[in-house]
Amino acid sequence: MRRRGLGFVACALLPALLLHVVFVLSPYAQAFYLSLTDWNGVAGQARFVGLDNFRQLGSDPLFLAAVRNNLVLLLTLPLGTIALGLFLATALKFGSRGGRSGVRGARFYSIVFFFPQLLSVAIVAVLWGFAYNPNSGLINGGLRALGLDGLARSWLAEPGLALFAVLAVLIWSGVGFYLVLFSAAMDAIPREFYEAALLDGAGQWTTFRRITLPLLWDNVQVAFVYLGMAALDGFALVQIMTVGPGGPDGATEVIGLSLYRNAFTFSRFGYAAAMGVALFFGTLVFAVLALRAGRRERVELA
Amino acid sequence: MRRIPLHLALLGWTLVTGFPLLWAAISALKTDREILTSPWSLPESPQWTNFARAWTEADIGRYFLNSVLVVGGALGLTMLLGALAAYALARYPFRGNRFVYYLFVASMFFPTFLALVPLFFTVQQLGLLGTHLGLILVYTAFATPFTIFFLHAFFRGLPSAVAEAAFLDGCSHAGVFFRIMLPMARPGLISVAIFNFLGLWNQYLLPLVLNPDPDNYVLAQGLAALSTSQGYRGDWSGLFAGLTIAMLPVLAAYVVFQRQIQAGATAGALR
Repeated sequence: MRRRGLGFVACALLPALLLHVVFVLSPYAQAFYLSLTDWNGVAGQARFVGLDNFRQLGSDPLFLAAVRNNLVLLLTLPLGTIALGLFLATALKFGSRGGRSGVRGARFYSIVFFFPQLLSVAIVAVLWGFAYNPNSGLINGGLRALGLDGLARSWLAEPGLALFAVLAVLIWSGVGFYLVLFSAAMDAIPREFYEAALLDGAGQWTTFRRITLPLLWDNVQVAFVYLGMAALDGFALVQIMTVGPGGPDGATEVIGLSLYRNAFTFSRFGYAAAMGVALFFGTLVFAVLALRAGRRERVELA
Repeated sequence: MRRIPLHLALLGWTLVTGFPLLWAAISALKTDREILTSPWSLPESPQWTNFARAWTEADIGRYFLNSVLVVGGALGLTMLLGALAAYALARYPFRGNRFVYYLFVASMFFPTFLALVPLFFTVQQLGLLGTHLGLILVYTAFATPFTIFFLHAFFRGLPSAVAEAAFLDGCSHAGVFFRIMLPMARPGLISVAIFNFLGLWNQYLLPLVLNPDPDNYVLAQGLAALSTSQGYRGDWSGLFAGLTIAMLPVLAAYVVFQRQIQAGATAGALR
């Protein structure tokens, strides 16, 4: 490039930088300070309380329930979504007779599977709120139509079921995207690899484990990190779908909901900021662990 | 026929993804009585008026237009500012270049919840709480880091020979950007625009916190409020109609442009 042009650089950078500093960087930075105060929204009334908020978090039963639920999602959502996505992507690619060219109707399938990805999370939540409705919902209606009345439940109102009802919706809305992601990556794997494996007499499972999975590992790792972050959120579905929200009895409480309620219902802004900081460190630890574990695995396979 | 289980799995998942959407669309044509008593039946006579009622009385039309306005404005601004910043960072060496780049990119890894409380007060102090302009600016601010991250690599990969030639012909820096580099970067711009559109259209948390005025609700807020509030007189068919209005245009556009949308969304995620 040319030597000069610094005037242009300044004009090109400053608007984005200004927005970034005002609406992103400065709020992130302020959150750390706010988490150390007892601020309740009245200007000039914030008192510095050190780590008091964090001590309170440790004995707040609703927040602990939220942490537990987010951890359950963290353990189940990425595994469930990735397993289903990989399985369906494999089925799409290798379900045909020759085993190589993609199953008949693959395009149709991949179009329909992607549908949930396009819907706003609020639409998904409202839709499934209806579907789970105990009397007139899709699921119980279906069970009754099949004569399985005994299996009908009030899905979102039973403490043992509600979180898994939310989890199912999270998986439902995510699978299509990861399926497309994995399919695209599978298309890049040279066909000769599979032909060689076939000649060596490798079965489907061995081929998948020894060829497909190692070569997809980067994508699986990316998927794992994204899905982990989604599992640490879950706010919109819980807030729209569940009773309370967050109920019954804290069974679907998530950290984001606790934070939202404390800030914008109870005006406990300092305390809510502390939850944000806790969530930040949780996310950080998860991301570092996931990336490290992934790297080790990759070296072994190489 | 060892493939049969695989086909069954594919058909099964087709039902799982497609059927709830179809069910919502069919329910939108029923009467409230039919919805409550027989969730799996077809409507006896299609109630097209449900849609008109949802659009006007339930304000779905207004929410839809608000969404189009906010997402359209934010998307345009994000693409313009993001492309400019990415281009400046990718092709002009200057002191602090790396620092500014990482300043943008680092925030992609922070959860939005961390910023939520201070962000609310920042927007309030600027007098932008509950305004579309406020939402547009905040959406833009949160969408630019990824846009810059994605386009930075893209602009780096473009050949500089064409740009050099244009400079020799007396083209200005801005001229080179808008007339030469931007058109060359079109595939990247489309990918990141699709990714941003899906992300912004799906926003729920930011409008919930920053946009409390019901007149200014975006579609996601409006639907959520309708479904949770008891104030809507138990108009189930109207709610299903609203849901269908919110779903159908997006799905229709997707069926037409599905290749670009799938490619754009995954390219966006993979970078």
